[in-house]
Amino acid sequence: MRATLALAISLLGATLVLAQVEQPVAGKGSEQRHDYAELSKAPDKARMRRNPIEGDANGVAAGRKLFEQHCAECHGATGEGGKKAPSLSAREIQEATPGTLFWLLTNGVVRRGMPVWSKLPEAQRWQLVMYLRTLRMETPTDSTPKTEAK
Amino acid sequence: MPSHLEAQESPYIVTYDHYLEEPGNLEIEYFSTLGTQRGGNDFHAGWLELEYGATAWWTTELYLDGQTTFKDSTVFTGFRWENRFRLLQHEHFINPVFYIEYEQISEADKIVKEVEGHDVESDHAVPNAISRQGHNHELELKLLLSSNYKGWNFAVNPLATKNLLPSIPWEFGYAMGASRPLALKASAQKCNFCRENFVAGVELYGGLGDTVSSGLHDTSQYLAPAVAWNLPSGWTFRVSPGFGLNDNSHRLLMRWGVSREFSGFGQTVGKLFGGRR
Repeated sequence: MRATLALAISLLGATLVLAQVEQPVAGKGSEQRHDYAELSKAPDKARMRRNPIEGDANGVAAGRKLFEQHCAECHGATGEGGKKAPSLSAREIQEATPGTLFWLLTNGVVRRGMPVWSKLPEAQRWQLVMYLRTLRMETPTDSTPKTEAK
Repeated sequence: MPSHLEAQESPYIVTYDHYLEEPGNLEIEYFSTLGTQRGGNDFHAGWLELEYGATAWWTTELYLDGQTTFKDSTVFTGFRWENRFRLLQHEHFINPVFYIEYEQISEADKIVKEVEGHDVESDHAVPNAISRQGHNHELELKLLLSSNYKGWNFAVNPLATKNLLPSIPWEFGYAMGASRPLALKASAQKCNFCRENFVAGVELYGGLGDTVSSGLHDTSQYLAPAVAWNLPSGWTFRVSPGFGLNDNSHRLLMRWGVSREFSGFGQTVGKLFGGRR
């Protein structure tokens, strides 16, 4: 009986967690702003890092596959952004160095809901960076804010 | 409805690395252990895990345990509620995660998800009718330390467990593992059998005694090769034969598991409760 009671309390607790936890969605209302400030936190050494597989002929295609598997759920099928994550076509992303994007992928933005992606081997993170840099850069008229960035 | 994601899971079954569930995702996992038993009947123990990414720095998980002892009976043996908290925001050479678990399980539990104190093979030789009468309420603490180097992951998990009865001492144990994908680069095509979908590794785990009598004596120790197969469809399969390293250990703990990750679960539940999504 005590076991059943404890189990019920735990399930209730878990349900409350599910219901109450703040998801990493954007800010309030429709006037949300992109915030790519995390990019500026990349150390100089990381920012200047060169892609060691830059000449890989399959890099972009493999990066696209990885993007569809791990990133598109939040960032949209073409990186256009969504409720949970910002556009990757934004000027801030497209003008960032490969090393900066690699650093951001590796470290995530944990307090804003983006997980660390160091679970992917380094070569796969560089393949993702190669694909990200093929996304079309937004023009100013494209960039209607949708979410608060991570 | 929640959709699936391709998982990128490690092959570990006992050891934890520092990666948490992605926020809002639910992973449903089933694991099975077939154990040989000297002085008793062999057994099959299974557990179901419901793992939820509450935030990018907090994962909560509910376990439901059961076992079948051959020529004896099948019993539900209890539940565990586990929480893992990432301690540092950025990646470092060594990445710490704090683990805390409450468990309410009967002494018939045989999943051997960890080895602690003076856990030995003969503990599991007791018939279910007797062992299920005893209940343990325990608090388990672990420090999960994990590091990546040249495609390898190395993880070490020291643990301390306290039965909530004051008369029972703190018990200690450990788990450690190393693993690596069979290929570090991804191929350009989606494929089930690409080398990068397979992660191979090895785990070592065992007890370290308790506050009254610490050390490796009167404990069990295991070495377990492990392989994970991450499919593009979102399923992950794991296989790990664990071999006992001393006379106090089961000779073989044959484990396998299957899991699938679902994204958007938190949002779906939040909508049901009228949450702000």
